[in-house]
Amino acid sequence: MSELSVVGRRTPKVNVWGHLTGTVRYADDIALPRMLYGRLLRSTQTHARIRRIDTSRALAHPGVVAVCTGADMPEKMGIMPSTQDETALAVGKVRYVGEPVAAVAAVDEDTAYEALALIDVEYEPLEPILTIEDALAREDVRVHEDSGRPANVFKEVHLEFGDVDGGFAQAVHVEDGWYFFEGNTHAPLETHASVASCDGDGKLTLWTSTQVPHYLHRELEKVLGLARSRIRVIATPNGGAFGGKSDPFAHEFAACWLSMRTKRPVKFTLDREEVFYAHRGRHPVLMRLRCGVRKDGELTAVHFQSYLDGGAYASYGIATTYYTGALMTVTYRLPAYKFDGVRVYTNKPPCGPKRGHGTTQPRYAFECHLDKIAERLGLDPIAYRQRILQPPNSRTVNGLRITSMGLGECLEQVKRATRFSERHGRLPRGKGVGAAGSAYISGAGLPIYWNEMPHSGAAVKIDRGGGVTVYCGTAEIGQGSDHVLATVTAEQLGVLPEDVHVVSGDTSLAPVDLGSYSSRVTFMAGNAVREAAGRLRALVASAAAEKLGVPADRIALALGRVYDLADPAKAMSFAEAAVLAEAANGTLVAVGSYTPPKGIGGDFKGAGVGPTPAYSYQAAVAEVSVDLDTGVVTVDRITSAHDCGRALNPPSVEGQIEGSAYMGYGEAIGEEQVFRGGLHKKPSLLDYKLPTSLDTPEMRAIVVESIDAEGPFGAKEAGEGPLNPIIPAIANAVYDAIGVRFDETPITPAKVLDALSRNRARVGPDGLASLKDPKAALRRLQAAR
Amino acid sequence: MNGERHTLAAEPHHTLLEVLREEMGLTGTKHGCELGECGACTVLVDGAPILSCLTLPIEIGDREVTTVEGLAKGPDLDPLQIAFAEEAAAQCGYCTPGMLLAAKALLERTPLPSREQIEHAISGNLCRCTGYTAIYEAIEKAAKRA
Repeated sequence: MSELSVVGRRTPKVNVWGHLTGTVRYADDIALPRMLYGRLLRSTQTHARIRRIDTSRALAHPGVVAVCTGADMPEKMGIMPSTQDETALAVGKVRYVGEPVAAVAAVDEDTAYEALALIDVEYEPLEPILTIEDALAREDVRVHEDSGRPANVFKEVHLEFGDVDGGFAQAVHVEDGWYFFEGNTHAPLETHASVASCDGDGKLTLWTSTQVPHYLHRELEKVLGLARSRIRVIATPNGGAFGGKSDPFAHEFAACWLSMRTKRPVKFTLDREEVFYAHRGRHPVLMRLRCGVRKDGELTAVHFQSYLDGGAYASYGIATTYYTGALMTVTYRLPAYKFDGVRVYTNKPPCGPKRGHGTTQPRYAFECHLDKIAERLGLDPIAYRQRILQPPNSRTVNGLRITSMGLGECLEQVKRATRFSERHGRLPRGKGVGAAGSAYISGAGLPIYWNEMPHSGAAVKIDRGGGVTVYCGTAEIGQGSDHVLATVTAEQLGVLPEDVHVVSGDTSLAPVDLGSYSSRVTFMAGNAVREAAGRLRALVASAAAEKLGVPADRIALALGRVYDLADPAKAMSFAEAAVLAEAANGTLVAVGSYTPPKGIGGDFKGAGVGPTPAYSYQAAVAEVSVDLDTGVVTVDRITSAHDCGRALNPPSVEGQIEGSAYMGYGEAIGEEQVFRGGLHKKPSLLDYKLPTSLDTPEMRAIVVESIDAEGPFGAKEAGEGPLNPIIPAIANAVYDAIGVRFDETPITPAKVLDALSRNRARVGPDGLASLKDPKAALRRLQAAR
Repeated sequence: MNGERHTLAAEPHHTLLEVLREEMGLTGTKHGCELGECGACTVLVDGAPILSCLTLPIEIGDREVTTVEGLAKGPDLDPLQIAFAEEAAAQCGYCTPGMLLAAKALLERTPLPSREQIEHAISGNLCRCTGYTAIYEAIEKAAKRA
């Protein structure tokens, strides 16, 4: 391969200028002639039957144009086809405070608010289910009567690989412990917004803040009863998402339905409180982890159990449940592994995918556990991890294919940068350092709905002036996906990223990409674009070669020039070469697509979750100061190394590492989505504290490049994995500082003070509070059916 | 307003944020929390950063308001805008208008701020993407160039 001309260079993102000048159009910035303003009426009840909804007073209110309720869109929907348990608006029952019940469209926002107060809803309250324990035990109270599973179990998973009993029998020590990871939410600064417009010809356009325009397209067809050929979804630039905009939402359906009925554009913009109810954030997970170890620290067997509090609906919960178990095997050698996972329904806003989707909680447990094992064996925590690494180009015990693997290098880099080994265990009381490793996927190996089509498609067009446009269905959520598309296109065609126009997130204009979730875009869309642009590159190179009278394989394209590698004076501009290529071949448009290879996962029920074309790896060291009088944990510095394969644009990768560290820090020390009864305790940014510039630790981002053989120019993901090591690194640093194990999150001053004042060595759960043997309880429930 | 004089009538209970976005088409100013917590709605009034979601337009009177749309001087971008692009200080970009204006106010009164002064100056502006480091670096770069 010739030298790379733009990949790896520090280039400003092609779409950044609109952000800096105020011209970028987020969904809420769109205003159309005759546009109506929509608002959602939300449940005031935690769990209740809806006896009656009367919208007549609202409809009679001057300025109100249309109202809809669940009865208008009764079709079941949900992101995962196998677990569709939602409706656009509540039908028959409400299952959490804040659940959308009705929607209004009015001439202005004030009138829409007034109309909400005029909708009469009569509820029959039901007993709520608010804890994992109650959800498992209460056969008599059902969040979903028709779930087909005992009590309030949403999903149960039991998997076993290798000789687990034999592995534990070989162990000289079994480290056994419970952990609890508190739920928290994404809190993107942009609240969700949508504008729907139904034209006179009956065609519907929805501009919306979404990560998944293609999946939303499918659900709109199903719920609205309108053929997909008549619906266009445009994912507007998202003001942050982090997983919180990857489900189909009530306001999206309501905007469409109301626009179809009124033939006027309808806009919905959620207020901040509503975003806490839309949620789909990090699941609270109770976990038990047992690790068998030999004298030298080698793992002989692991048994991991997870209990997920899913909230009121499925969301991605089936995947989340599997994800809590699936990636435990990809970091360290493990000959035998057993996983039991249970996700339950409760009467709280639905949980879903947040950055690190389902892997963040078990990774926290595992990396805290390894810290305990290292201490017990008298080993340096980083050296211990480096000794037991899963090798590159290998298979895990649960059938996952490992290719490039930079965890060892990541650990080495953070160890050196922080002088970890000289400081760990040797700092004065109140000061500590802690380390952790982790991994993530570069996109899921399977799509959300079963199909044999590509996961990502792209088209690239060259115009007669040498201008290049790339079309791909990816959603720009701030992660820089548009710049990835532009950079890969520019590299292939030898132009500059800023010369590439990007058309993304539009179901009518762009080939399907499955969406910006599971950190799949760089790898999958990058490969699709690379193929499309590569085909055009061949045409341009061949036309130029003919004109210059040199063999095509000697032609290079870089920085707007097409030239002979052997004699760079033989050259022409890219625009000139493009004209020759169009004359020779006709219109210059090429397509490309990407489908993950087969055979990268196991062959068992549930094997669909976990495989990916390439795993990313990370390691972090946190340095903390604990104030022994106030209990405040100050994270002084986070040093984080991430194996991204290759950094297509280093500032973007560093930004993902730093942003992930920031978000993980918030989860570790304070962020929590918690409830008093069924009421959210802190549904505002006043109460749900996001770290400010004064709170946020100093950060050092280290990019590790393992050059993946299948990634575009060697690249893997960068958006999610770097969050995963942060939380256990902080918990391990707090232990190093004060000798207290935090086996639950968040690590708040109150918990620290309580532990210090009562000389507790550990803060964390001891199991399911009311169920001594939860698996036996489940078996009893099943037998009773 | 960004160097132009405007007279307009608005509902007395509508905030400056609503009037900027909905009456004047200045959608560069963002809504994030309605409570003055996130800083996405920051604008400058006579050069000082204020939260437009907590300000009523009648309080503005004849004072000069600067929004992100008024930061560039004609075709020339402000050094802060260029430095934010180069340092990847904008990811999703939603906090960026408020962040730029808070930084602008800082540099007007403190042309070469320390890291600590920068941290304080933007502490009322939440960023959910970057972890702030790139923003500090961009502000420092712009300060050095100015």
